[in-house]
Amino acid sequence: MATYDAGVKDYAQTYWEPDYEPKDTDLLACFKITPQEGVPREEAAAAVAAESSTGTWTTVWTDLLTDLDYYKGRAYRVEDVPGDPSCFYAFVAYPLDLFEEGSVVNVLTSLVGNVFGFKAIRALRLEDVRFPLHYVLTCGGPPNGIIVERDKMDKYGRPLLGCTIKPKLGLSGKNYGRAVYECLRGGLDFTKDDENVNSQPFMRWRDRFENVAEAVKLAEAETGERKGHYLNVTAPTVEDMYERAEFAKELGMPIIMHDFLTAGFTANTSLANWCRRNGMLLHIHRAMHAVIDRNPYHGIHFRVLVKCLRLSGGDHMHSGTVVGKLEGDREATLGWIDLMRERFVPEQRSRGIFFDQDFGHMPGLFPVASGGIHVWHIPSLVAIFGDDAVFQFGGGTLGHPWGNAAGATANRVALEACVEARNDGRDVENEGTEILTRAAKSSPELAAALETWRNIRFEYDSVDKLDEVAK
Amino acid sequence: MENGIRDFPSRVGEQASKRLGTFSYLPPLDAAAVERQTEYLVRRGLTAMIEHVEPERATARYWYMWKLPLFGETDPGAIRAEVDACIRANPGHHVRLIGFEPKRQTQLVAFVVERGGTTP
Repeated sequence: MATYDAGVKDYAQTYWEPDYEPKDTDLLACFKITPQEGVPREEAAAAVAAESSTGTWTTVWTDLLTDLDYYKGRAYRVEDVPGDPSCFYAFVAYPLDLFEEGSVVNVLTSLVGNVFGFKAIRALRLEDVRFPLHYVLTCGGPPNGIIVERDKMDKYGRPLLGCTIKPKLGLSGKNYGRAVYECLRGGLDFTKDDENVNSQPFMRWRDRFENVAEAVKLAEAETGERKGHYLNVTAPTVEDMYERAEFAKELGMPIIMHDFLTAGFTANTSLANWCRRNGMLLHIHRAMHAVIDRNPYHGIHFRVLVKCLRLSGGDHMHSGTVVGKLEGDREATLGWIDLMRERFVPEQRSRGIFFDQDFGHMPGLFPVASGGIHVWHIPSLVAIFGDDAVFQFGGGTLGHPWGNAAGATANRVALEACVEARNDGRDVENEGTEILTRAAKSSPELAAALETWRNIRFEYDSVDKLDEVAK
Repeated sequence: MENGIRDFPSRVGEQASKRLGTFSYLPPLDAAAVERQTEYLVRRGLTAMIEHVEPERATARYWYMWKLPLFGETDPGAIRAEVDACIRANPGHHVRLIGFEPKRQTQLVAFVVERGGTTP
């Protein structure tokens, strides 16, 4: 019989179990821990397991009213971080009962809650999470998924093309719709509201939606192809969010968008459920992610945010481009785009994947490559992403010397030329210059684009490298 | 005064401005290019399917299906022969070749081989 023994015990005594065999139903987490001086690894790992599950700093008598041995999280393994003795990996297993079904909100509140401010550790990063399939299937997931979106939009055999309308802020609804129309008639599949376009004084949301809807319909009539514009429904309240989403649907628009981190996972999950019920596609923007995921020692790795979003729901998600203006290591990016698209992703440390992850029948979503990319990047993008991706050229469309429509055509021609060449068995990435130059012979729009952006590169090293690579 | 900027020539009422999905922004694929794409389709283990439609109905979700999908057909020449048979039997129609992937239930290849109204 257990007896009550008040006082403070080492965490490791209760929460460090190196012999523990994780169950298929356990939620597993890998943390990178930078402990305070003098704190043993096992104790730091156990502290993280305790503080992110059942534990508190002292023994309490109510512990004896339940089966703590069943409910507690356990640290079951520690590992070196390659080439960095200041920190180590700790693996923690949590029983499924600790988390409300269908709630990434609840999972995150435990795993990245109080524990991140815990004094015994200097820094803490959640590197990866294995959601057991049992848990995955309690979540709604992408409202439509890649396959359904291709059918809805009637786009097959190539990546999709988009463009974020610029300037980000300050255009009137009428002028904004003009920019959309020009892009879409030129050959893009989608245009996009910038993330911070919500409902400002210079362009209220309803005015934007009406102008954009007319632009989309005109471009469809003109080209005979299906088009969409990601209407941003991110709003100060969920009531406003729903009102905007309903109006987008009323206008016959196929897709809306949402910022999942600034708006929060609860709002996101609700909106994804609304989209599923209403047959609307959902594009997800990721403002604030770099605040959370860029520091290699503290925060949440982007791959965890990706898994959480896939469970919460979204049909598109920004992934980084590898080649553009924003942070993103190539192998790590390949790792998280697998997490967006594949049914099963095996552990692969060289891509930063710490666990096998089974998504069961949950659909995959489109990674969106956006940020400082232009026509010269298309061969690499096709090689890196394959067909199931959206490539978004903002400046790379709107900055064309002849305007948006020509810019759109240039990107579409370049994309199709690269897809054709890849299917022909050519090495698109290494033969890119030749493929684009040849395609430009029958496309003056592409020729002008190639000339405009020749030699524009963003060659800075990634800050958040894979630990395997950083060593 | 010419400034080097070109006007964008697409017009709502003109068939020539209508696009037909993948590769419709490239010059029409010649026979050799179609053959290479067909070989790719076969190499990927896809099922060839042929669809056709009157140009004015091209935006419809469903085009006419030519016979049945060519289940198990791995000879690019035989696939091309069926495409040609479809073109001959449906003068003036758009004709599209599809590579279908049954496990994911989607088309991994889809392009128009014959654009209706462009061959005399």
